Amino acid sequence: MDEPAAQLQQTVLYELHQSLGARIVPFAGYQMPLNYSPGIIKEHRHTRTSASLFDVSHMGQIRIYGAGAIETLESLMPIDLSTLKPGQQRYNFLTNNNGGIVDDLMISRLADHWQLIVNAANKMKDLELITTACGSQTTVDYQHDAALIALQGPAASTILSRHSTETASLPFMHQGQFEIGGIPCLISRSGYTGEDGFEISVSNSHAMTLAESLLAHPEVEAAGLGCRDSLRLEAGLCLHGNDINEQTTPLEANLLWAISPDRRADGKRAGNFPGDARILEEMRSPPAQCRVGLRPDGKIPVRPPAALFTETGVESGLVTSGSFGPSVGGPIAMGYVNRAFSALGARHHTKVRGKPITLTVVELPFVAHNYHRRR
Amino acid sequence: MSETRFTDDHEWARLEGDLIVVGITNYAQEQLGDIVFIELPSVGSTVEQGQEAAVIESVKAAGDVKSPVTGSIAQVNEALVDHPETVNQDPAGEGWFYKVTPADPAEMDDLLDETAYNNMLVGLE
Repeated sequence: MDEPAAQLQQTVLYELHQSLGARIVPFAGYQMPLNYSPGIIKEHRHTRTSASLFDVSHMGQIRIYGAGAIETLESLMPIDLSTLKPGQQRYNFLTNNNGGIVDDLMISRLADHWQLIVNAANKMKDLELITTACGSQTTVDYQHDAALIALQGPAASTILSRHSTETASLPFMHQGQFEIGGIPCLISRSGYTGEDGFEISVSNSHAMTLAESLLAHPEVEAAGLGCRDSLRLEAGLCLHGNDINEQTTPLEANLLWAISPDRRADGKRAGNFPGDARILEEMRSPPAQCRVGLRPDGKIPVRPPAALFTETGVESGLVTSGSFGPSVGGPIAMGYVNRAFSALGARHHTKVRGKPITLTVVELPFVAHNYHRRR
Repeated sequence: MSETRFTDDHEWARLEGDLIVVGITNYAQEQLGDIVFIELPSVGSTVEQGQEAAVIESVKAAGDVKSPVTGSIAQVNEALVDHPETVNQDPAGEGWFYKVTPADPAEMDDLLDETAYNNMLVGLE
């Protein structure tokens, strides 16, 4: 173990993980389930074919209230919040003065406040950043008393609608207040698996009851962080700390789509967020490297931080995520490559334990997203 | 069946005729999780006691198999190439890795017996 267990925190569902026979590992300061007895591959496949319950209560849930909330948040992120309607959710990121990504997050507008879901490893840093940026008219509230449960997979909607029929019509990237078995829940239709699904914010006092009632459905199995990682990699989603960090910019990470058009170089309110000079410049002239999907030949997983080279031995990139994709049935990876070698089909070379392996640039995601889109 | 011996690195070794069969323990496969790739030594190559002889890739990480004994590889379990999950399912049986012609069969005496190995596992809990 990397960290002494005594210093690690537990989520409110820790005893549930233990009773389900989870393999517990330290992750971002918490004792979290890596997998349960079926193992990562079975949990992964179950999520793609039925529905899985993930405890993601280690993530940070932050509420921002007050007249200055939009101004504060827009000063930290390349997003236009003025057009976001109550109930809508967006993916965005906090940037630093060099245009690097401090953290990526989900932000939603609610009736009288904004809600942010941020990465566990970054939540204290994010909280400080936001609090520091707040004027007297804005208050920041870290939700110590809330758990977060993700129900992910093609059966997720059918299952949740047995408790609350209205959840079925919640569109992708929207959030609303629902009651599940009498328990008040703030539910968003989103996730980190590439599948249809929900993330459910619930008070700590009700979290165990809710988790048990969802697990009581025959279609639902508990799933750990191990398959959460393989699912998100197949879905081509970034993991902060691996695929994006304080040194990588949104343009390098191919995340321009997440920057609101109004805040882009040619937008009405271009810039005015940390690192805007570099980020806007990169919209005009693309950065030297960019994030791509990579398929290693053969069966050997290529793991980070494997350096990539061209045919002639010139360094051409770096693998930032790499593992075995259970639904792909082979090794998959993501990484940054020199833009000159970033076209689909471009070949890169590396060595794993001295054995040469060729990787091909492929389209992301590896497995098509199965989100609930409004028809 | 002759007595199985163990390393403190979670390999097992069992004398079978003139050969010693090598695999990883149930504890080792549990720690690794789902195994997706196995790199076996080539037949005829030499392995040394305590040195890396095979590589295991699970979904989460790569690990190595250190040979419990020194010798020459007589046979490898080719079935693991297409079905590495066999090691998860039956680590002490069908999931064997290779058979070695031992340079010195007395090296088996350096290894832990089952009781000593199980006692070591209790200490790891």
